[in-house]
Amino acid sequence: MGYEISLLTFMGISIIGSLSLNLITGFCGQVSLGHVAFVGIGAYTASILTKADTPFFVALLAGMLLAGSFGVMVGLASLRVRHDFLAITTMGVNFVFLGVVRQQEWLGGELGVSSIPDPGLGKLGFLALVLGCVILVALLSLQIRRSWMGYVFEAVSGDEDTARMLGLDVSRYKLIAFALGTALAGLSGGLYAHHVRFIFPDSFAFVESITLLAMVVIGGNGSILGVIVASALLSVLPQWFQFIGDYKLLLYGSLLFIVMRFSPGGLAGLAKNIFPKSKKAFALKGNQ
Amino acid sequence: MSLLDIRNISVRFGGVHALEEVSLNLNQGEILGLIGPNGAGKTTMLRVITGVVQPNHGEIDLEGEMLNNLPIHARVRKGLGFAQQLVRPFREMTLAENVALAAGAEQTRHPWRSMFRVERRNALQESLKWLAMVGIENAADSYPNAVPLGYLKRMEVARVLALRPRMLLLDEPLAGLNQVEATAFADILVELKSQGQTILLIEHNLAEVRRICSRLVVLDNGCKLAEGSPETVLKQPSVLEAYIGQGTVHAEN
Repeated sequence: MGYEISLLTFMGISIIGSLSLNLITGFCGQVSLGHVAFVGIGAYTASILTKADTPFFVALLAGMLLAGSFGVMVGLASLRVRHDFLAITTMGVNFVFLGVVRQQEWLGGELGVSSIPDPGLGKLGFLALVLGCVILVALLSLQIRRSWMGYVFEAVSGDEDTARMLGLDVSRYKLIAFALGTALAGLSGGLYAHHVRFIFPDSFAFVESITLLAMVVIGGNGSILGVIVASALLSVLPQWFQFIGDYKLLLYGSLLFIVMRFSPGGLAGLAKNIFPKSKKAFALKGNQ
Repeated sequence: MSLLDIRNISVRFGGVHALEEVSLNLNQGEILGLIGPNGAGKTTMLRVITGVVQPNHGEIDLEGEMLNNLPIHARVRKGLGFAQQLVRPFREMTLAENVALAAGAEQTRHPWRSMFRVERRNALQESLKWLAMVGIENAADSYPNAVPLGYLKRMEVARVLALRPRMLLLDEPLAGLNQVEATAFADILVELKSQGQTILLIEHNLAEVRRICSRLVVLDNGCKLAEGSPETVLKQPSVLEAYIGQGTVHAEN
């Protein structure tokens, strides 16, 4: 039972991580190849604070705030660079993060941070907290998508120059996407650190950023349900089956290739093709 | 009364003088044609007005308020409505949704607040009105990839109109349309003018320009060559020479 609880907790944390990237990449169209750096900022911040006897929830919040603040800084870079240049810039952010934490003694250097205190919620209590966060993050995503903010994100994702010509403050909208997405990545990092209670730089290596991106792309860029399903599957499969764990990179790489080649809309796009419905036409006719 | 006042605008790209001390003004309720041969600086002027290009020198005033230091979106919020030369619809949205995004400008003015505003019905309803005004309400639910260029050009105008701009800035709206479509489109502009809309029009179709514009400004090589009513301006030898005869043929036709 303990194993299943741990697995579900890990799955929930992955879902929060991928939904947070989905806000930036899926909704707002800003490719980020270094998202796990913000998960790492949240994880390091929260664990160092709880080790210094800060209450768990305060530490979690501090991790979110710091990750969100760094996210806004990277967001500022996104105002200058676009598309593949932004992808490379964000990739650089991941390496800078790793380079910094590896060299800092007070962050544990290569050995990382161990003996992270137990939040004291019990395994089931912690799982409930994580699942509660999953629900909140999913609801927030849903609210953003159906709101005018989501409408603008869709426009920015499609063509930001034209969005400007419609009077939309594209820069601020992009910064909001980065602030929200990276703060939530910080949340998943804080939860992760207190779940495994031991973190080290490689927990936040570049390949983990790609894993998060794979979850978003395979689920369907921008689709909340698709991303939840994909990250649930992709996070537990390697844990369930040892041989998948051994070939994790090969599996994710192949899945990414297959999705991009045969169903660029991911699982969500596949579902839409199998069960088509004219949602848009309904939206208008319902109003007449 | 002058709505937009452009004074002594100069733009240099490296060593090239794209615009040299050009001044012009746009009066309330008129269609001002900005014409000239290719490379004359017309589109650059439009880009200076919208803020895509920063001038090296000169001022742009909207009813006495200087626009020079405002970013593009802020100028649009002040009342400049810009339709680009190449149509750029949001391809993931239906034509109605394209227009509704502009119609809901109040909902998107404050980014954080926009997260709590969900109701799109009114904007979608309003978008139908704008689409009807340009005669394509039957394609409201279509995606941009499924309709012809003429529809997309009209959608662009509907989208700009939905912003309720104080002036329309149109960059070659008739390009790529056949003569029937072009005439129909120009008629829409005349109709808009009769409703009090101010329009700055860049256009190569001189027959339509002559028919619908109240006044013309001619640019050549980045300098202002002539200004006045279409009849007088299009007869000026310097203007005819700038068009190297080709324009005269069009005009005569």
